[in-house]
Amino acid sequence: MKNIVKQIIENYGTDKNRLMDILIDIQEQFGYISREAIELMAHMLGLSQVDVEQTITFYHFFSLKPRGKYAIYLNDSVVAYMFGRQAIKEAFEKEAGVKFGQVTDDGLIGLFNTACIGMNDQEPAAIINNKVFTKLTPYRVREIIRHMREGKELDELSNESHGDGKNQHHLLKTMVWSNIRRKGMILSDDYTTGKVLNSVLPTMSPEAVIAEIKHSHIRGRGGAGFPTGFKWEFCRRAKGPKHYVICNADEGEPGTFKDRVILTEKPELVFEGMAIAGYAIGGDEGILYLRYEYRYMKEYLEDVLQKMRNQHLLGENIGGIEGFNFDIRIQFGAGAYVCGEESALLESLEGKRGEPRDKPPFPVEKGYLNLPTIINNVETFATAVRIIENGGEWFTQFGTEDSTGTKILSISGDCMFPGVYEVNWGFNVEDMLNMVGAYDVQAVQVGGPSGTLIGPDEFYRTLGYSDLSTGGSMIIFGKQRNLLKDVVLNFMEFFIDESCGSCSTCRNMPQVMRNKLVKILNGNGVKSDLAELKEWSKILIASRCGLGQTAGNPIVSSLKNFRHLYEVLLQKDVEFDQGFNLEASVQDSCKFVGRVPNFNHH
Amino acid sequence: MSKPVLATTSLAGCFGCHMSILDIDERILQLIELVEFNKSPVDDIKTFTKPVDIGIIEGGCCNSENVEVLRSFRKNCKILISLGECAIMGGLPAMRNGIPVEECLHEAYIGGPTVQLNKSHILPNDDELPMLLDKVYPCHEIVKIDYFLPGCPPSADLIWNALVALLTGDPMKLPYEVVKFD
Amino acid sequence: MSNLIKFKIDGNECMAEAGTYIVEAAHQNGIYIPTLCNMPGVKPKGSCRICTVKINGRLMTSCTTPVTDGMEIESNSNDINELRKSIIELLFVSGNHFCPACEKSGNCELQALGYLYQMMVPRFPYDFPKREVDASSPFIIKDQDRCIMCKRCIKSIKDKEGRSYFAFHNRGNHLEVVLDKELAANMTKETAELAMKNCPVGSIIVKEKGFVVPIGQRKFDKKPIGSDVTV
Repeated sequence: MKNIVKQIIENYGTDKNRLMDILIDIQEQFGYISREAIELMAHMLGLSQVDVEQTITFYHFFSLKPRGKYAIYLNDSVVAYMFGRQAIKEAFEKEAGVKFGQVTDDGLIGLFNTACIGMNDQEPAAIINNKVFTKLTPYRVREIIRHMREGKELDELSNESHGDGKNQHHLLKTMVWSNIRRKGMILSDDYTTGKVLNSVLPTMSPEAVIAEIKHSHIRGRGGAGFPTGFKWEFCRRAKGPKHYVICNADEGEPGTFKDRVILTEKPELVFEGMAIAGYAIGGDEGILYLRYEYRYMKEYLEDVLQKMRNQHLLGENIGGIEGFNFDIRIQFGAGAYVCGEESALLESLEGKRGEPRDKPPFPVEKGYLNLPTIINNVETFATAVRIIENGGEWFTQFGTEDSTGTKILSISGDCMFPGVYEVNWGFNVEDMLNMVGAYDVQAVQVGGPSGTLIGPDEFYRTLGYSDLSTGGSMIIFGKQRNLLKDVVLNFMEFFIDESCGSCSTCRNMPQVMRNKLVKILNGNGVKSDLAELKEWSKILIASRCGLGQTAGNPIVSSLKNFRHLYEVLLQKDVEFDQGFNLEASVQDSCKFVGRVPNFNHH
Repeated sequence: MSKPVLATTSLAGCFGCHMSILDIDERILQLIELVEFNKSPVDDIKTFTKPVDIGIIEGGCCNSENVEVLRSFRKNCKILISLGECAIMGGLPAMRNGIPVEECLHEAYIGGPTVQLNKSHILPNDDELPMLLDKVYPCHEIVKIDYFLPGCPPSADLIWNALVALLTGDPMKLPYEVVKFD
Repeated sequence: MSNLIKFKIDGNECMAEAGTYIVEAAHQNGIYIPTLCNMPGVKPKGSCRICTVKINGRLMTSCTTPVTDGMEIESNSNDINELRKSIIELLFVSGNHFCPACEKSGNCELQALGYLYQMMVPRFPYDFPKREVDASSPFIIKDQDRCIMCKRCIKSIKDKEGRSYFAFHNRGNHLEVVLDKELAANMTKETAELAMKNCPVGSIIVKEKGFVVPIGQRKFDKKPIGSDVTV
């Protein structure tokens, strides 16, 4: 084992900035990261062992203990529950004979929960050894476990047909579906890869590229909405021996899966967009930071990159432009929602825990390895190609004045046709629901758990940066759903699990709020609880990053728009109740000493 | 006009806070002038005999009896004060809170190094005994508490200043030295 | 050459070298901004959030934000003080802070901030988390009950090769700061003392050393934290 680990470390130049790659390789090779491996990494990389461990224990898919020959990660998202996750979970536990969080004694099967894996339109879904299994049923679970016991290979476990579109590509062959239901400039098939790099870029200066992007008024598609042109301009101006282009493909917001679809169906467009950005900012290296949940795309995407190199769309003197050199490598994450925050992503890229950085300085000045860096969303890069192809002016005809262009929505939940829809900004929620066949809708979660939960009285609102801003996640809840118990609680637990823990506020407050919500759900709520939830949540605004600042949103937003759901749970005519229950609290001690609780003696 | 009525009790505490009440020294003569004591270890009145204006609670709740006493204080007192760290946050007794109650009982009566006389490992299970709670609770997590005076024990000056403020309606004096958590 | 700039804290005219972090610049002007995770000489991380101030309507940590010319900073306002107080209370309920039994009591910065903001009782329910005490290394006791994850030990206590004795473990509310067993075995007494000194609370205790200074003479018995700064 020692030799293999040593080889892995050397494969990455014994560079501690590549710790993520090293750990991923070790985890995949052995199914866990052993003490021996940690010692070796520490000594070869000049770190203390706890320093290596602090990166390992940050990421969900790294483990200090064996996770089983087959590590089964069952998606924990709210939509998975809506489509029968409970039955799937029970089937896995029954067939495997262990609970979630455990590995079978023979080391064959491990069962684990995992946060949204980007398959909300085909739940329940699980990842087994990097392979995605969608639309699971109890029958399929039994079959999968039986096949594992029979010693079949992973490929033999999936006897379903493959998904649509490029999911059938020989390097993907996955049962994942793209479910493209509406096409716009990004998802349409009227673009020929390389057109901009070969025919447009040679006629433009980098400054002209930035000017077109600025003119288009495109804003970041990841959710924060920073004007892309300014970002590129700031980075171009920043001094540094090297400039980096990073594509943020860590879409972890529960309910979003559009980047998965773009990277499956239009990866060339994304990579071409990165190359254009490289030209604009004067950078020659691009990195696609891809969430580990999409590990199944590795060979496919690397093949796309190789083909683009062969076509001289990556490499040296691209498009015949003297000195325009640009190439891209793929860096995988390892399971951490917070790494979608750009500065946490940079930390992760450098092989560290994904803790967001303090700003200023901003990444455009001090980013990857402290060098000027732009980080943009998958969709932003793809859109940039069409902007440069057709001009910024052309782009502004789509969408609204303050939200130009199109937006790809990931729509899931209670509707007839979940999937991705590319629409013009300015689309209203009512139209969206009619478009996807959603009836008897109780609520829509706009922008994922960190966004807003709205009810029918707000369905007139429109999608855009000045009204309902969204990175694209839209989850629809029908009238039959219990919003507080099934949705809000699930979202709060997501934020608790995914906090990096660095800020005192986000490390602790979501748990405090969750406990109060559970108290209310248990029937112990009183009126003052609602005022306190609202008041206490304000502390989160002092957190460093967007995750922390919005970690109370599931409660804050539902309290604002669905207050009646809380109010009916409150006790009438009770002013004070902190949830203490005398009968329950003496149970354990009475049982241990062997007595029947009695409450009338004293 | 009748004097305001005061009651005090010590739940899961060490009586240190009561000692600190006595530490107001000669001011106790003034206090006797200002208030009348009802149920309290100070005068050994065991049960409430009239409505009480101010109840002072020392100690948190570690067993069912503590809870009952605390609840009877809430019922009989207009104002309740949590006095000292144990009442406010469980204090030293709450250091068991990270340990399951079974483990605590096992350590105390079966497995602990000092368990030598209890050779037959008898566990306290008589019906007359208070029942142990799963953890030690701060008083305000069981009943509504109106005021909090921290300290282990709270300084005599803090207690005095608080009582004077309550009795006179004047704002409470809080010089830096009097508020301490130890 | 010095490059002095002007800025305001709560309306008071101040001056400092451009690029100085606000916390530092405030101190130079006799204004105390409370901190916990910050430590002179170590790169700030802004994790405790206690030093939060308001600039142009936005909350910023003053330990990580440099002053700029004309900057107007709101620090000692009701809103900000209430925010700081609630953060302190949150830290108290999220750990197991039994002040009466703590060696650091009287010299603890978290406790001192509790005094400064007159915390009589935290507004949040106590969590009483299950935490471990690690006494396995020769000189140091690492009591996780009292740790506030400020990172000061992680950033400041390193060996000759620059390796960290301390590091984070896990994330979110499972986060803890652990001590490297291999390095701790060879830790010198001086390093152990320094680690204890750099810890703002009583989470790092040198063995056989505690309660050295009698009650009444400890750092924060008589004077509030920050009183050495204010003029």
